[in-house]
Amino acid sequence: MVENVAVSQPVAQPTGFSKRKLWNQGAKALIWGSAILTCVLLAFLIGYIFYRGVPYLSWELLTSQSSYVKKTIGILPNLMNTLYIILVAMVIVLPLGTGAAIYLTEYATNKKLVKLIEFASEALTGIPSIIFGLAGLVLFSEMFGLKQGILAGGLTLVMMVLPVIIRTTQESLKTVPNAYREGSLAMGASKWHMVRTVVLPNAVDGIVTGCILSIGRIVGESAALLFTAGFGLVLNDFFTALESSSATLTVALYVYASERGETNVAFAIAVILMTLTLILNFSANYAAKKLKN
Amino acid sequence: MDTIMEVKDLNLWYGDHHALHDINVDIPKNQITALIGPSGCGKSTFLKTLNRMNDLVENVKITGNIIYNNENIYAPKVDVTWLRKRIGMVFQKPNPFPMSIYDNIAYGPRTHGITSKVKLDNIVEKSLKDAAIWDEVKDRLNTSALGMSGGQQQRLCIARALAVEPDILLMDESTSALDPISTGKIEELAVELKKKYTVVMVTHNMQQAVRISDYCAFFLLGDLVEFSKTEEMFSMPKDRRTEDYITGRFG
Amino acid sequence: MKNKTKWQELTEKGINAVFMLCGIVAVGFVLCITVHLVIAGLPAIMKIGLPTFLFGTTWQPTATTTEPSFGILPFILTSIYGTAGAVLIGVPIGLLTAIFLAKAAPPKFAKLIHTAVELLAGIPSVVYGLVGMIILVPGIQRAFDLPSGATLLAAIIVLTIMILPSIINVSETALRAVPREYEEASMALGATEMETFFRVSVPAAKSGIAAAVVLGVGRAIGEAMAIIMVSGNVANLPGLLTSVRFMTTAIASEMAYAAAGSLQQQALFSIGLVLFLFIMMINVFLNVFVKGRRTA
Repeated sequence: MVENVAVSQPVAQPTGFSKRKLWNQGAKALIWGSAILTCVLLAFLIGYIFYRGVPYLSWELLTSQSSYVKKTIGILPNLMNTLYIILVAMVIVLPLGTGAAIYLTEYATNKKLVKLIEFASEALTGIPSIIFGLAGLVLFSEMFGLKQGILAGGLTLVMMVLPVIIRTTQESLKTVPNAYREGSLAMGASKWHMVRTVVLPNAVDGIVTGCILSIGRIVGESAALLFTAGFGLVLNDFFTALESSSATLTVALYVYASERGETNVAFAIAVILMTLTLILNFSANYAAKKLKN
Repeated sequence: MDTIMEVKDLNLWYGDHHALHDINVDIPKNQITALIGPSGCGKSTFLKTLNRMNDLVENVKITGNIIYNNENIYAPKVDVTWLRKRIGMVFQKPNPFPMSIYDNIAYGPRTHGITSKVKLDNIVEKSLKDAAIWDEVKDRLNTSALGMSGGQQQRLCIARALAVEPDILLMDESTSALDPISTGKIEELAVELKKKYTVVMVTHNMQQAVRISDYCAFFLLGDLVEFSKTEEMFSMPKDRRTEDYITGRFG
Repeated sequence: MKNKTKWQELTEKGINAVFMLCGIVAVGFVLCITVHLVIAGLPAIMKIGLPTFLFGTTWQPTATTTEPSFGILPFILTSIYGTAGAVLIGVPIGLLTAIFLAKAAPPKFAKLIHTAVELLAGIPSVVYGLVGMIILVPGIQRAFDLPSGATLLAAIIVLTIMILPSIINVSETALRAVPREYEEASMALGATEMETFFRVSVPAAKSGIAAAVVLGVGRAIGEAMAIIMVSGNVANLPGLLTSVRFMTTAIASEMAYAAAGSLQQQALFSIGLVLFLFIMMINVFLNVFVKGRRTA
């Protein structure tokens, strides 16, 4: 119980504990400083890359392949290889990942299986790319007898990017209101018909976002492709590239920078990669915003 | 009756919405003042002007003076953290920190500079005793506060507010989320507390106001319609609107 | 009553099976990777002997005048030190930035920093390596008067920048999830905003922040291309200003020219296996630790 003590008199305001004020000002400085540091880092990185690389972005660079004879450097093969590998990987991973997501949200009844698949998907996201490279080397090149090339590289990328597609598609499917599903089934539609006509069309925005994110990852990937897609700098058509050593833009950057000492070319490639990253980033944001509305 | 806070010509806007109109009232010392009125009439908003918690809301504009300790608490040079030490608040839903019971109570004093373990131990014990919960928790001060029942958590929050030695305790519908027994315990506690502190409480429950408050302030649509001793307000209300509210014609 | 035709039943079951198969492929990938990594990685370990492999300090797989040696302790230690360094610097900066974003940032500024963080996350690792090679390495060489600036220090700096976005994003989400009531209670007791953020919000978000740290550790220990260009690629025991090789860069740099089927190539796979096990152990350990605290 409260003792019957004389009521305390109002105390005059303190003139400020300087230790406490110092702590507060320090804390504020630290968090503002860190945020500004992050900004400055980015600005510097982008700025420096463009500063070093743009002067070397020539038409010749972009539209020819390197030739020892003519002593020129061209990255057209690498541009094409990147495009090829995006194509191969997405064509395989999109149906695979979407199918898995549809199973998880619409068809699955066995809770243990769902947990297992989701756990596997999580596990895949934690594996570093160099391990994927080794696994790709063992699985696709040695076991399936594929030669180093876009096909082996693309399949390796499928393993890396599958979780992204599964996750974004799942989230997107979950946002489709149950009322749509019930409405369709109540009219006598079969489950697949319902999914195909009512659920999937409404989940397209999310699936597109997932694709953009995946392409972003593919464009930036290098370690997984070193031994699966290879270091080749020769221009090939699509079908030859599938089975010949083909360096993508990122691998080419590494080769030109560290093995050939052509840092200017490397920076030019970096500019292209950064531009692609920026475009993909903004597209993903735009698609995600559309999804929210 | 001694006055501990004088509210003069207080007006408050949330953006364009004029939420409080020309409030004038003197809060009596060592009494329980209840703020009553229908939902949305401004009583919680008014309560929060007393410890400047409305400052945390965006687009809030406040004019007028609130005099406490011979100063306008809205004067620019006032140290808000000191003000909130002198004027404590207990919220509608109990909100103990996800820490031990001891750390919950010690949080306030530590923030204001007390580090000696001996002093903190004393403050913790005294606050928990003042809040009539010491016997229930004295053996488990280091367990999580989240493991207590709702009623206990609310008394913990009261103890936490008392630990910084305020003059005034603001209670914002502090019993509306609790069961009747816990509510009863807190009402008893409030009556004890007024010996040392001043209590201003918002309540939806007119019976509660009648039971324990000494003064009542009736708010309606942002106006302070009537302020008088509780007995007078409920037996001989001066304003027609007050009479309509307490007889249940609306609200 | 019209019954479902056999055809309808079969198609429905078929479609169900197809989708289920898609899901199982994900599991299949994980299994295949694990199994084949083990199969590829064990032979060398058995030939070299586990203790010699893990704790041997000399790595000279192609030595001709002496017996080739396959000790990977330098790589293991380098990976550990590099990751630890990156986490020690990156977590405070990342956490502070997250606090800024979640609690203290004016809205327009918050959007700017968010965009910056997203873009940082999207930059390919080789680009980080390139900039590091051109700026960090010569910089360190001049600053410390070394024969070469390609050192563990350069790698740590690059890794720190690379793990910042992960730490910031996950910590920010955790901080935003802290109930507003805790912060109101703190301010009503007379604490300032900064005091509230550091003494109430951060402790309340600690399991999310721990998850952010785990994510950062995972990314740092698995990184290869960003650091291969700045760390010097010599199999030394790690020192801040020495040229070093990580488990990841060891694989990346030697795999290209290791003779197929040779013990050297097999040993590289074994390094991969060790790395894989490391990461699994970290994930399991820290997840148990984090989840354990959550239920406590």
